[in-house]
Amino acid sequence: MQEINIPITPKTPLVKLNADTGQLELKGRSIPENSIEFYSPVFQWIDDYSMQPKPATELHIQLEYFNTSSSKCVLDILKKLQTLHQNNRTVAKVLWYYEEDDEDMLEAGEDYQAIIRVPFEMIKIEE
Amino acid sequence: MFDIYDFYEKMEDGKIMLSFKGEITSELLTSILRILETKLEHIGDEPKLRKKVYNVLVECLQNLYHHNDGVNILTNEDHKSALFLIGRNDQSNYKIITGNYILKKNVEGFKEKIDKINELSKEELKEYYISTLSNEEYSGKGGGGLGMIDIARKSGHKIGYTFNDVDDQFSFFSLMITVTI
Repeated sequence: MQEINIPITPKTPLVKLNADTGQLELKGRSIPENSIEFYSPVFQWIDDYSMQPKPATELHIQLEYFNTSSSKCVLDILKKLQTLHQNNRTVAKVLWYYEEDDEDMLEAGEDYQAIIRVPFEMIKIEE
Repeated sequence: MFDIYDFYEKMEDGKIMLSFKGEITSELLTSILRILETKLEHIGDEPKLRKKVYNVLVECLQNLYHHNDGVNILTNEDHKSALFLIGRNDQSNYKIITGNYILKKNVEGFKEKIDKINELSKEELKEYYISTLSNEEYSGKGGGGLGMIDIARKSGHKIGYTFNDVDDQFSFFSLMITVTI
């Protein structure tokens, strides 16, 4: 399966999705005006990955900023992961990174944690 | 004649960091955000406040981009025109102001939405955000109401607003947002 590797831009994050390792990564900023357009290849990739997932899948999310339209897309990614996890197709885990002074980003992770039934690990990045 | 120095002084007294009136395009958003990010870094408020301001800015500007019903009726040109302004006083108190045309039939809906948000406590806002995020269908454009809740959460202040009657079809909708630590 094709690996996805989208480079970082001022408005969109680095996206690395690797089907061989089960490691998925979003890193940077996610503030595009049209989030659905940006995330649709990611949704497609996860749907394809869901046909033959690895025994363990880890989603690393390290966002500095994200807008509310991206927040819906992130939720959609997490829901796809949740479906795999709940059907015992993979053991999923979300690693949510936040900078130590960024309570808003920690809270954003906790918001998702309240919605999604997948284990979360909150990881503080020391400055 | 228009007094430019008077205008300059008014901006200086009002501690205006940036103001803009015109059509909000994607490229413009990118430029404004880049300029303001540099300014915010230069001012050197603590990173926590800087991030809050930047976050609120992104939502406000993208609101303008997505939800402007207006054709610019004052110049009669068929384009979207909006107003954006940000200021900061010496106490690191940021004010973000936006203005845009909206159809009169949408005024009541906006009022109710903001009034509802303004009544909620910090904890209630969090619950409202989570329920809106998890229940709502994709709107395709902005967050479909999520933006205003997010602005209220990040800013930590009530959202100020006014509606000015323009004609029988349009109102001018202004938002005033305060961001402090």
